[in-house]
Amino acid sequence: MNWKIFRRLFLLLVLVFLYLPIVLLAVYSFTLSTNIGAIRGFSLHNYVTLFTTPELTSMIAGTITLALGSAVIATILGTMGAIGAFYSKKNVSAFITTLNQVPVINADVVTGFSICVLLVVALGISKDSYIPLLAGHVTLCAPFVFLSVMPRIKQMDSSIYEAALDLGATPVKALFEVVIPQIIPGIISGFSLAVTLSLDDYFIAMYTKPATFDTISTYVVNATKGAQTTIKTALWALSTVIFLIVVLVVLLSNLSVILENVRKKKGKKKKKGHLEKGGSRAG
Amino acid sequence: MQFSRKHLGIPYAAFLIIFVVAPLLVLFYYAFTDGQGLFTAQNFLHFFTNPNTLGTLYYSLIVALVTTVVCLLLAYPVAYFLATSNLRMKSVVLMLFIMPMWINFSLRITALKEILSVLEGNLAMHPFLNAVIGMTYDFLPFMILPIYTTIMRLDGALREASMDLGADHVQTFLRVTLPLSVPGIISGVSMVFLPAMTNYVVLDMLYNSTYIMGSLIGSYFSAYNWNGGSMISLILLALICIFTLLNSGDEEEKAREGGALL
Repeated sequence: MNWKIFRRLFLLLVLVFLYLPIVLLAVYSFTLSTNIGAIRGFSLHNYVTLFTTPELTSMIAGTITLALGSAVIATILGTMGAIGAFYSKKNVSAFITTLNQVPVINADVVTGFSICVLLVVALGISKDSYIPLLAGHVTLCAPFVFLSVMPRIKQMDSSIYEAALDLGATPVKALFEVVIPQIIPGIISGFSLAVTLSLDDYFIAMYTKPATFDTISTYVVNATKGAQTTIKTALWALSTVIFLIVVLVVLLSNLSVILENVRKKKGKKKKKGHLEKGGSRAG
Repeated sequence: MQFSRKHLGIPYAAFLIIFVVAPLLVLFYYAFTDGQGLFTAQNFLHFFTNPNTLGTLYYSLIVALVTTVVCLLLAYPVAYFLATSNLRMKSVVLMLFIMPMWINFSLRITALKEILSVLEGNLAMHPFLNAVIGMTYDFLPFMILPIYTTIMRLDGALREASMDLGADHVQTFLRVTLPLSVPGIISGVSMVFLPAMTNYVVLDMLYNSTYIMGSLIGSYFSAYNWNGGSMISLILLALICIFTLLNSGDEEEKAREGGALL
């Protein structure tokens, strides 16, 4: 077989493996079917169930609130930590950087369990206070914020900060008007990483959440064991909605690349069309 | 006290001590005491003498190993073909491979379960096969990304030089590209192997039964046995440390891979 075709085919097959389940489920979410199999008529009832069942809407709202809340706290803490560590003495800096690696390398099961044992079992803080859950998620996310901010601080031109101080700015003002604007890309990517990590977490929530509270992950894991088909198929709709949101975000963030390529392709086609009439597909 | 930039590190250092160091110390305490708070090595001995827990340890090592190999066999060609292809919009195609990371894993596993049930019937009939399929499905993007990044960063001139000096494509790949992409492979392996040992919820969702290290913590948790659970956590932590030291590559490198996730 032609090597080039084999390469393309391999990429395609892996993509099919990754997307077939999600796409198939998306198709079935618009039908009356309760199993993958014969399609039984178009329907939006799964979407109606998804957005009108209080149990489902509150679980979605809870997940989003938790993700945004813990990401905000993690971003503030992690950014401060990175700035502080960078300008601290070497051993202090090494201390913070090393400890920062622990939750990154550690298994989430262990992180979640150990926070539960400390806060809930040893200190007797009730899970219903949401403190263990929030603490757990901030612990999960903040180290990644630290890691994405740190390279930006290293690249930063520190003489500008000193110039600001020389020109009479207070350190706090210089921090907000000179340092933060220079490292803001790192802060933003750290924040989005934090949101994603929190949204995708199962183990930490499982070990620290109040019994009455569910995130999407903990809810779905329980629902797959139950036999309630209305909930099961409503979750297909949820999966589809999330899939579409992710596709949209990815498309938007790559819009410039895509537009540029489309323009290039069109330009090429026009040129080629002149030469050989009906240009060929560029590889 | 005069404000200085280094003071900004204090809250985070305090946070790390409270939520990273203290929990680990508490784990040690609980792992080596019994329900009454008296010192005991019973939890430790129990793990290494009980055939069930030892069996779980072996089983999860094998599941993690096979999952990692399967992921590598799929991810390396994907990363290599994509990085060396002349596809337009390479970054967009890469996005397609990475995008599943942003879709909640529990929903993706639900989707996989529906398909596998149609293909296989009762998923509990082939637990090992389904464990590997499920974990590969969940973790594959984490293997593709670091390998792709490493190959992309290789100097294309090296490959051309190798060809100019008379090596064919296979030789160039085996003696130039592959050895130089080892850092990416290591970083991918560590992103797959450890979760595959501990992430029992994937198996739990697929066929309601779990038999890997992480699930031991889960069962102790459900039984409110904090001492037993702490011991398993410590043993897992020790395994993680050993594994991390074994392939302790460049930490900076890893940080960059972490940042490259977005």
